[in-house]
Parts: sequence; structure tokens; C-alpha cells
Amino acid sequence: MSMATKERPEFDTVQILAPDGTVVNPDLMPDLSDDQLRELMRRMVFTRIWDQRAISLNRQGRLGFYAPVAGQEASMIGSEFALNKDDFILPSYRDIPQMVWHGLPLYQAFLYSRGHIHGGQIPEDVHVLMPQIIIAAQCTQTVGVAMAFKLRGEKRVAICYFGDGATSQGDFYEGMNFAGVYRVPAIFFCQNNRYAISVPLHKQTATPTLAQKAVAAGIRGVRVDGMDVLAVYRVTKEAAERARNGEGATLIEALTYRYGPHTMAGDDPTRYRTNEEFSEWEQKDPLIRFRRFLEAKGLWSEEDENRVIEEAKQAVADAIKKADEWMPKQKVTDLIDAMYETLPPHLEEQKAEFAAREGR
Amino acid sequence: MAQLTMIQAITDALRLELERDPSVLVFGEDVGVNGGVFRATEGLQKQFGEERVFDTPLAESAIAGLAVGLAVQGFRPVAEIQFFGFVFECFDAIASQAARMRYRSGGRYQAPIVFRSPFGGGVKTPELHADSLEGLFLQTPGVKVVIPSNPYDAKGLLISAIRDNDPVIFLEHMKLYRSFRQEVPEEAYTIPIGKASVVREGTDVTVIAYGAMVHTALKAAEEVEKARGAKVEVIDLRTINPLDEETIIRSVEKTGRAVVVQEAQKQAGVAAEVIARINEKALLSLEAPVVRVTAPDTVYPFAAIEDAWLPDPARVVEGINKVLDF
Repeated sequence: MSMATKERPEFDTVQILAPDGTVVNPDLMPDLSDDQLRELMRRMVFTRIWDQRAISLNRQGRLGFYAPVAGQEASMIGSEFALNKDDFILPSYRDIPQMVWHGLPLYQAFLYSRGHIHGGQIPEDVHVLMPQIIIAAQCTQTVGVAMAFKLRGEKRVAICYFGDGATSQGDFYEGMNFAGVYRVPAIFFCQNNRYAISVPLHKQTATPTLAQKAVAAGIRGVRVDGMDVLAVYRVTKEAAERARNGEGATLIEALTYRYGPHTMAGDDPTRYRTNEEFSEWEQKDPLIRFRRFLEAKGLWSEEDENRVIEEAKQAVADAIKKADEWMPKQKVTDLIDAMYETLPPHLEEQKAEFAAREGR
Repeated sequence: MAQLTMIQAITDALRLELERDPSVLVFGEDVGVNGGVFRATEGLQKQFGEERVFDTPLAESAIAGLAVGLAVQGFRPVAEIQFFGFVFECFDAIASQAARMRYRSGGRYQAPIVFRSPFGGGVKTPELHADSLEGLFLQTPGVKVVIPSNPYDAKGLLISAIRDNDPVIFLEHMKLYRSFRQEVPEEAYTIPIGKASVVREGTDVTVIAYGAMVHTALKAAEEVEKARGAKVEVIDLRTINPLDEETIIRSVEKTGRAVVVQEAQKQAGVAAEVIARINEKALLSLEAPVVRVTAPDTVYPFAAIEDAWLPDPARVVEGINKVLDF
């Protein structure tokens, strides 16, 4: 007899806007001003254009490592918009938009992409960690950051971002488990874009949802339409408020899709995804959906859209110029200097060797 | 001054630093109510409360990751890895995360963490408790590795480690925890990380060791001197990353002969690194090839053959005679 698991009703997907932009859940509508609604749209359009430009710059060899974000704008921007400025973000390599909207200058994001040390020199008033490469390592670090807030009695929240693949790693579970035990103000934000590079979700996990994994850790789990910026904002805001009120951590599973390859380093999504699937997700596009919603309210026009597109193009051009001109250029002696607070003798010696070469 | 065991000296160091600096936190498996499986944190939770000294769920990767997050926020975590054989579970958090923090952030963040862990053979622990894995961290740029051999050093080095702004792996040899007492000052004092100590002066051969092997080397030195009158100098490295090359080279230039002793397996370990440094800096002072006295290149054995597997004074004597008779 088959023992098929039925989806648990408590992990039904939270949605506010239907793909055609109509409101399906007016009760959940977040309390946002018209300006804030327009700002959400501005950021999503800006990010889409920046992503297109970044891909193009990468192809021209003018950018380094880059992981495309188109399709995931609602998840990224809706969630960051729900945070306070002094909340702390622990991102993964794809989560550059959240870092930038949280305050990291764009030219530094480009320097990070190129592997320049200044890319990681986060300004003092910007509360983010550098993007994580090991896919769930930030889940355990988030607990440490959140515990620090709790110990100091600060009403701040630590949020980590990761993909569906990261939920297979031990650190994902260990982090949530610690967060549950210590009841720290943390948010585990999973962008379930259906693929861990090429491996689909059903080969990643046998559970029908990722949100339900919160149950094992004794924290709250929520599933949200990750193509619906208002729904993402709503559930993140709620998770942050709960965290601030001492009600503990939340795992958010945002159902989303990346249109592009995993990264620009040779991944070809046509090897593992169908055109039909791609088109199906394109119908749910977060920008189209939100634009229709705003247009119906008279809050967005073609002129608004074009203005933001131009603004984004200009910002990217300015940032790449600043990155190009950024001095000083990286040297091996800088790397040696960054290993310890004070150089031990063996590195002093190696630094002298490289300094002599660099001086040539 | 009190006569303390090494474990008491360690507790003393933790207590003094918890008192001095409110950003110091102590945590790990069983460190709270129980005071640690070796009682290294005995009484600390009672004195400083559950916010500063606390038990964690049984998960090494998260213990180390938690430390990284706290360190980024300005705390100074002292995380206990219950036995060093479990360090593989948190290798990512130490080597890929904590060790790289300063570089990845261009100095914006640092990771002032102490990872304390009992290790070392000869006490018949179960599998994967005693392994000498320190060599792995000698190959990990960005961390420091400290291994005291006595109570006095343990206290001074641990205080230095807690005050250090880089991640320090602090390894406590289980055999030394209660094997002898030593006079230890009551107040806080520091011993610099990266400085070896010459624990026995000599002119004919240098024996370089660390941890419990310092005592094995000292016994061997006595025997050799009694048997043939040779004056053996013994160096306690105290820190294996970074190595105190200056003390090593100065001694070898004086004696012209060297033996390096380690509990760990032979290949690509601390001894190999020490010999490479001697070759680079003092080859022409050598009267004989440098000898390594180590465990064989096998996995760490089950308890029944541990004593035969580990270097003992007789094997160190053999090594010393070999370089003296070359």
C-alpha cells in the first residue's frame, strides 16, 4: 500500500497577488504606502537591468564570478525590504542584490565579483557579511550573530539566505536546531529555485515542502510564493517581528525560479530544464505581476519603468567605472598582510620575497 | 602561589578572562552544568551564569559556526571541541570560515575565537578521541595552534589565546591534565604565542618536541646524559603555528644535531616542517641528518596497542644516539 505523504496544510503557500496582478488575499495585504510600493517596483526593475548588464559584462570579461538573479527579484527584494537597516544579512553567492539594497555600494559588489579584497571591506554602517560559498555555512553563523543581539538586548534580527540545495547540508539543520534551542532572533530564508545547479528538488529531498523541515528544529516554518513580492515582504516582516518580540526563529521557503544559469562559469540550464518549464515560470514573473498590480492602482507607468531602466544602466556604468579605477590594485603582499593581525616571522620573510618581486 | 594541575590552570585562565572581559563566552558540549567531561569548566557556569557559559546541542559544526557568528559581532568565544578527533566535523567552520575571515573582509571582520580541545594518546580513549591532528592546522593559514606541555604555560598561553584577535586552536594533551602539579601564579599573566621555550640546556644535540612529548624527550635526555655524558638541549615548541624558527635555528647552530619528536604520524607533519626549516636555515651547521621520532603512518590504533604505537623515551634515546653516532 502506498504511503504517499500529503502536503501539510500548515505549509500551504502564502500568496497575495495572482500572476495577473489581482489581489487574491486582501486580508494579508501589507501596510505599505504608495511610495513604498513604488520603491519595491523600482528596486525590482533596477535589479533586473543590473543583472542583464552584469551578465553582459561577465561575457565581455569585465566582471568575475557572477550568479544571475533574474526571476528571484521578488524573493530577494521583498525580504530585504522587510528588514530594518541594522538587521544583519548573511548572504550566499547569489544574494548580492540584498547586500546592495542593504547598503553595500555597487562598485564593491563588482570588486567582490572580480576577487578584489576591497569587495569584502563592508562599510561600518552596512550590516552584512561577505557572500558565502559553502552553501549552508551561514546557517550556523547566523545563530551566532542572532545570539549576540539577544545577549546585548538589541532588537535586531539576523537573516541568512541560501538555496534549496543548501537544505541538504548538515549545517542547515544544525543552524536551525541551535536557533530553536537558544530561541534567537534569526530568519532562515530559503530561495527554493527548484535546482541545485542541475539537480532538481525531488532529488534533493523526499519531503513535499522545505518549510516543514522547521518542524524538526522546533521553529516556525512558512512557505510563500517567491514570485509575489508582497507575499514575501509580508511573511518576512512577520518573521522579523516575531524574532524581535522574542518569539524565536523562522524558516521561510520562497518558491521561485532562476531564469539564467546557475553561474556564468559554463552552466547550461538547457541540459537539465525544459523550455516548457521555463515558460511556465515566466508566466509567474514577479515584475510583470507587480507592475500589473501597480498599474491598476495608477502607481506605475511606462515612463516610470523607462526612468528606472535608465537609472540602473547609468548606476551600473558608474559602478563598473569606479571598480575599474579602484586603487590600489591587489598584490600578493596585501594577501600576506591580511592573514593575521600581526605578521608572524615566516610570513614577514615571505612578504619580503614578494615585495622584492612586486618592486621590480 | 598555588600548586595546580594543568586542568586547574586552564580553568583558572578561563575564570580570569571571563571576569576581565564581558565579551568572553565559553560554550561546548557538557561545559555548563557538568563543567566539562574533564572538568575544565568546573564552576564557571555557576559563577558567570548561563548566558556566558553554556551547553550546546551535540553538533560540532554548529558550535564552530556559532563561534564565527559571535566573533563577527565582537564577542570572544571560547568554544570547546569535546575531543579533537571530532574536529573534522567543524573543519569547514575553522579552516574555510574563521581562518579566512580577516582576508575575505579585508580586515573589516576578525575571528577572535579560541577552539579548545583535549587530544593526545596514552590514555586509552575510544577511537577518534586521541588523534594528533594538529598538522592539518599547520597547513591552514589564518589560524594559530598552541599546545602547552605544563600547567604554567597552559594558563599563560590560554590567556594570550583568548586575547588574540585571530583564531587560535588550543590543544590540551589529556595525559598532562592531571599527571603533575606546578606552581602557577594566581593573577593573570600571558606567554606569547609563537615563542618556544628551551626547557633543558645542552650543547651536543637538540631535541624538539611539544605537548606530552616534551616530557618523553626530557626523560630520554636524562638517560642519554647518564649513559654517555652527552648534553641534550630540549626545546618545547609551545606553538606549532606559527613556529618559533629563531629558537630552533639558534639551538641547532649551537649543537649541530637535531631530533624532532611528535606523537603524530610521520608523513608531512610538524616534524617534517621543522626539518625543512632547519634545512633552509642551518644546513651547514648540521653534523648529521635530522632524525624524526614519530608514530608510524597508520590510522590511530585501538587502545590495546597504543603504548607500542606512541613514541616512548627508548625510541627517542635511539633517535638521539643515531644523530650522535652518525
